[in-house]
Amino acid sequence: MAPFVDPIEMADQVQTALRERLGQCWVPEAPIGFKEEKQQITDLVKRTINFGESNSVLLIGARGIGKTMLLKNALKEVKKDKNVHQNLMEVYLSGLLQTNDKIALKEIARQLHLDNTVGDKVFGSFAENLQFLLESLKSGGQHSKPILFILDEFDLFAQHRNQTLLYNLFDIAQSAQAPITIIGVTCRFDVMELLEKRVKSRFSHRQILLFNKLSFKEYTEVFKKYLKLPKTFPDSKFVSKWNDSIEKLCQDGTIQDVLKRQYSIDKDIRRLQTFMMGPICNLSSTQPFLQVSDFIDSFKRMSTDSKSSILHGLSILELSLVIAMKHLTELYDGEPFNFEIVYNEYLRFSQQKSSLQIFEKSVVLKAFEHLQNVELIKPLDGSCTRVQKEYRPMTLLVHPMQLKEVLQKFPSCPIEVKHWATTSVI
Amino acid sequence: MPFLDSVAKLQNALPCRTKQIQLLVNLFGKKSQISPPALFIYGHTGTGKTLTVRSILDELQCKVVWINCIECYSAKVLYEQILLKINVKEEEDHPSFDDYSKCDNLNDFCRLLPAAVQELGYSEETIYIVLDKAEKLRQMEPHILSGLLKLQELTNLNISVILLTDIVWEKFRCNTGTYEPYIIHFPDYSREEILEIMSLDHPKEYPKELYDTYISLVLSVFYYVCRDLKELRHLASINLEKFLEPLKNGEATMNDSRKLWKNIEPHLKKALQTVYLREVSSAQWEKMQQDTNSGQQMALQLHSIQGRNHLELPFYSKYLLIAAYLASYNPAKTDRRFFCKKSNKIYGSLRKKKHERTSNHLLGPKLFTLDRLMAIFYSIVEDRVAPSAILFLQISSLVTLKLLTTVASDDQLETPKYKCLVSLDTIKPIARSVNFDIIRYLYDFL
Repeated sequence: MAPFVDPIEMADQVQTALRERLGQCWVPEAPIGFKEEKQQITDLVKRTINFGESNSVLLIGARGIGKTMLLKNALKEVKKDKNVHQNLMEVYLSGLLQTNDKIALKEIARQLHLDNTVGDKVFGSFAENLQFLLESLKSGGQHSKPILFILDEFDLFAQHRNQTLLYNLFDIAQSAQAPITIIGVTCRFDVMELLEKRVKSRFSHRQILLFNKLSFKEYTEVFKKYLKLPKTFPDSKFVSKWNDSIEKLCQDGTIQDVLKRQYSIDKDIRRLQTFMMGPICNLSSTQPFLQVSDFIDSFKRMSTDSKSSILHGLSILELSLVIAMKHLTELYDGEPFNFEIVYNEYLRFSQQKSSLQIFEKSVVLKAFEHLQNVELIKPLDGSCTRVQKEYRPMTLLVHPMQLKEVLQKFPSCPIEVKHWATTSVI
Repeated sequence: MPFLDSVAKLQNALPCRTKQIQLLVNLFGKKSQISPPALFIYGHTGTGKTLTVRSILDELQCKVVWINCIECYSAKVLYEQILLKINVKEEEDHPSFDDYSKCDNLNDFCRLLPAAVQELGYSEETIYIVLDKAEKLRQMEPHILSGLLKLQELTNLNISVILLTDIVWEKFRCNTGTYEPYIIHFPDYSREEILEIMSLDHPKEYPKELYDTYISLVLSVFYYVCRDLKELRHLASINLEKFLEPLKNGEATMNDSRKLWKNIEPHLKKALQTVYLREVSSAQWEKMQQDTNSGQQMALQLHSIQGRNHLELPFYSKYLLIAAYLASYNPAKTDRRFFCKKSNKIYGSLRKKKHERTSNHLLGPKLFTLDRLMAIFYSIVEDRVAPSAILFLQISSLVTLKLLTTVASDDQLETPKYKCLVSLDTIKPIARSVNFDIIRYLYDFL
């Protein structure tokens, strides 16, 4: 007999379980695909621990493909071995955090609990730190504890001065010192070109390339996998009911269609996560199951053109300036324009073709500056003091198609303005 | 539904934002649940982004850190501000500055933040970091935005970073990419929605319908130019006094909408050219309404303000400026025609109509050399002037006044090159004050 569970609490639990998968820290039970690659990594780490081998490897793949997930998964599996768990030291570095070698060295010392650290603080200058670190690594041999270096955003480490850190790390991996394994994680496929010659020659050139090879069927499977509740969920009856509902959801033609469109834009898993965020967060006790309409809403939200929506919020004066600029760019073949030219064009329209109110130059200038603030137009030169703002050369950052699309649904747009936008030149 | 009451309450307090409130409340969820790592909220200024997010987070009583990126001029200040604001305990008004830690870089920040959170006992709930005016983040450090968007992964905490801005996400992406946030658009208010929101602040002593008619009058003048709610509200509030004047005097009743319209319309149109552009400050405008009942006096005052273009310069400086203007806006090949002593006549009729694009008044001022400036100067000044040091000093003082600018700065003594930065509206009164007809000498106006 299953214990009685309050439906409100149940909805909460479902949401908590599913929401966790949307966060950045979640590591799934098994990686999606990449079986071989996982094996490679685990083998490498195991060899370091068991035989004292030093290795270096680069994990390369596009953003959001699951590099970190794969790595965390592999390490989790390696650490199941008790011998490994006690003997391995890990150092996590990220190119975003350790922006220069000085910070990186301190971070390494901190994570390894070296002698020059007290509590959370590391002492000494850069040179001292480096010397100390190298000495302590050199003094080790095959018998000493293996260290695993994980360098996230590896390409940013290559931008450090002289690449000192990378050189020293790879050098240690090359020579018979303390056993270390360096795993670099990056999204740049040309990362080898960033390395200096001496650094490159010390690197083992072992690369693991990750590509997204999901077919649409697998993609749907991943979608299902993300939404299904785990076996560990307290109420098993509800789990089967829920999982059935997910199966049914995936059979739905509209969902299939939306998924197909997502797939054709990008088969990225992270995009899929964002896509699921809205519907999952919309779950409540009154609406305990996922709705098709929520997914459609979510897709619409993701696929709206943001610049069109910014254009939609402009006033009619600003919109007519954009139309004038569009005409000018078409007429003069993409040459830059300035405010005076646009104002002249605007005057020609409003004096000849329309019965609308003609505004003063200064009012129009304010509208022009607003367009510049929302970055629909961009000044060509950086300096602003050299010439008056009326004469600064500008370019338009709106595509004619976007303008056309917006004009169709613009609220209470005067017919003259619409007509002006479609007729190319007056 | 747990938040049903608070959602209804919020939706009443913030009209026309029903959908967005529902969406945000759903995304935030319960305190113990994981929130989306990063939210990106964009929309025009005055669409209630800050207000909505702030009131939702206040209503749900979440732990929030509010940061305005304009105040934080460097990354260091930003990190320290966040840490400082996290450390504020409810009972204390001011955080003690001793435990406010020094934090230079993102590395220290990611180390200190979990420690602070742990200490204060927030580890069980979501912490929201709201960054208002997030477009300024792009100008700070190269990777600060990527770092902040990945904060959940880097610190291993339940953190949600919310970016508020009026610029689209496409302009935030850096070249190697970053974590893509969940993007939410706050659409602009339609005319009806603006009416609804603005009628919320109607004065108590008059009926709401009267205020509604007033608002629609204001909109009929300003809506074409401006859809910013803040601006419209301000304009409505400062012109209300004038609108109510006939009612107070007894000249009109509340039903005389035509009469009221006749009264206020010219006033509002004038406001478009003055207060809207901030040429007259709001205080001045209100003062004008009080003490100038006759329109004549007001027009006089306005005239004096619009005469701000008037420049008081020494006699020869004026001529120098005029010469610089002529040199900037006339092509060099026409100089002979305009300024040569022998040909007193100007053959205007010989010229055929030029193409618009070539007009210098559209393209902006051109460069000219000092020689050309002096040549034009001597030809337009009637009496003889010695090329004294004072005369040349006046040129450089015009440069410091930003009326002229030096361009190629490589050779300042030999052949300095200048540009004139004065507009036609400014140069005209100057030319008039020395009895010089500048239009006759301008190539564009032949």
